[in-house]
Amino acid sequence: MINQLAVFLENRKGRIGDCCKVLRDAGINLSSMSIADTTDFGILRLMTNDNDKAFEVLKRSGFMCAMVSLVAMRVPDRPGALADILIALDEAGVNIEYLYSFASDNGSAHIGFKTNDADKAASLLVKLGVEVL
Amino acid sequence: MKYFQPELETMSLADKRALQSEKLVKTVKYVYERQKPYREKMDAIKLRPSDIKGIEDIWKLPFTQKSDLRNSYPFGMMAADRKDLVRLHASSATTGKLTVSGYTQNDIDIWADCAARSLVMAGADQNSIVHVCYGYGLFTGGLGMHYGAERLGAIAVPASAGNTQRQLQLLSDFKADIICCTPSYAIYLIEEIEKAGLKIGTDIVLKGGCFGAEAWTEEMRNEIERRLNIHACDIYGLSEISGPGVANDCEYKRGMHFQDDHYFPEIVDTETLEPLPIGERGELVITTLDRTGMPLIRYRTRDIAALDDSPCPCGRTTIKMKRITGRSDDMLIIRGVNVFPSQIESVLLKNPAVQPHYHINVDRVNNLDTLEIVVELSPNAFSDTVADVEAIRTKLAGEMASGISVSAKITLVSPGTIERSEGKSKRITDRRKI
Repeated sequence: MINQLAVFLENRKGRIGDCCKVLRDAGINLSSMSIADTTDFGILRLMTNDNDKAFEVLKRSGFMCAMVSLVAMRVPDRPGALADILIALDEAGVNIEYLYSFASDNGSAHIGFKTNDADKAASLLVKLGVEVL
Repeated sequence: MKYFQPELETMSLADKRALQSEKLVKTVKYVYERQKPYREKMDAIKLRPSDIKGIEDIWKLPFTQKSDLRNSYPFGMMAADRKDLVRLHASSATTGKLTVSGYTQNDIDIWADCAARSLVMAGADQNSIVHVCYGYGLFTGGLGMHYGAERLGAIAVPASAGNTQRQLQLLSDFKADIICCTPSYAIYLIEEIEKAGLKIGTDIVLKGGCFGAEAWTEEMRNEIERRLNIHACDIYGLSEISGPGVANDCEYKRGMHFQDDHYFPEIVDTETLEPLPIGERGELVITTLDRTGMPLIRYRTRDIAALDDSPCPCGRTTIKMKRITGRSDDMLIIRGVNVFPSQIESVLLKNPAVQPHYHINVDRVNNLDTLEIVVELSPNAFSDTVADVEAIRTKLAGEMASGISVSAKITLVSPGTIERSEGKSKRITDRRKI
């Protein structure tokens, strides 16, 4: 399991930039970012080299944040690898609310996902021979 | 038909004054005997009913306020015996509780008379078809004009509010000549009539209307009159006193004829509460001269208006009231519904997912009022999924709709976003041009 930060962004010009500026000023390095948006607000999900510190500085700057853990895995570098995993999870009744990829240091794909049953997902991944991060 | 009750509407000023005096003396005595909260107010200043000898003594009497009605909720201000009360109406009060008004049959009859007088001023007679698209219910608009139309002997069409396509069908099939609704709904109807390709003069044959329950401008009146080719009257009323018909424009539109044989108006200074001379603008205070269900003495309406006693070419001798130009409190009227910021606040306070820091935006889009409540989300209610945040918003929107009786768009923002201020008025941005 890995941690991510969810940040509430009201629909106002320049909010993502403001958020990144706070992290830059605190010397925090981003490793991934994904946004879910509606017509009125967005939720920015991000991973950094220091999530605890990022949480603190964002909160201090007036951003509403939540720390949420994700199941994370290294997906083999071949066509269909992700499809096989997701089908297996689906067949086992594990629902995925959202997923996104994050930076790895060796070129293989790292994927984090939010699920209704993290324990079951993780043990299934191990059974499939997928490396859980 | 020129007048509905010529003997009362055109009576000499001397006769009117004698009538008002006689009724006031009687009402004060009745109220003192039967309305405990008001008796206590009079006792507190050692005022006895016998000290009130005529209408010239009215300024000696203590005021009645919305808070008096709230404190005696629901029935503490009723003066009639329960067996004599026949109806209740209610409107919003500041804290979420309703302001209740109880009517005897005589109260309903007088109200119907006043609504009938108003309809005649709008051009109605016994052959008229009166299309009522005010809401029917606790709100006095629908039932008030309905009873007025029946009292006149016209045909009432109880269309009630909403379902615009049905309204158009009824208007063009039944050929109503008189319409009653809010002025903003009238504009909306006009646009729908034009969109549907209905022709004014052949499909829609309206000739007059009573438009009220919200503030509007002379420009709006001109637009309604021009596009519907009708005579558009401003009508005034409030559920505490009785519904629509307390005052209404005649064809000369020199101010609304205030039915002062039944409801006595005064204008007072909003700060000192001292009576102001005729013509000066201040808070409208009304005393009911005939009501027995829930008579009100010097009721502070919070509406800002001015009176005018110049003669009217129509021949009516009632005093006239200029347009309502505002409120002396922070009440908003949204699509005809009274909304107090404190009601909104009490709904927010009950929902732990949001904080009671909010801003209210009111606008008029396509001639319909819109209400947006911008509120701060509680940090511990925030999660990483859109569905969770949307669920908070949907739940709050439902609570708000049932709490203030009008739908509002909820916009969630981060904590600390709303400017903190002491003054309540800063929490409201009203972009409507009234």
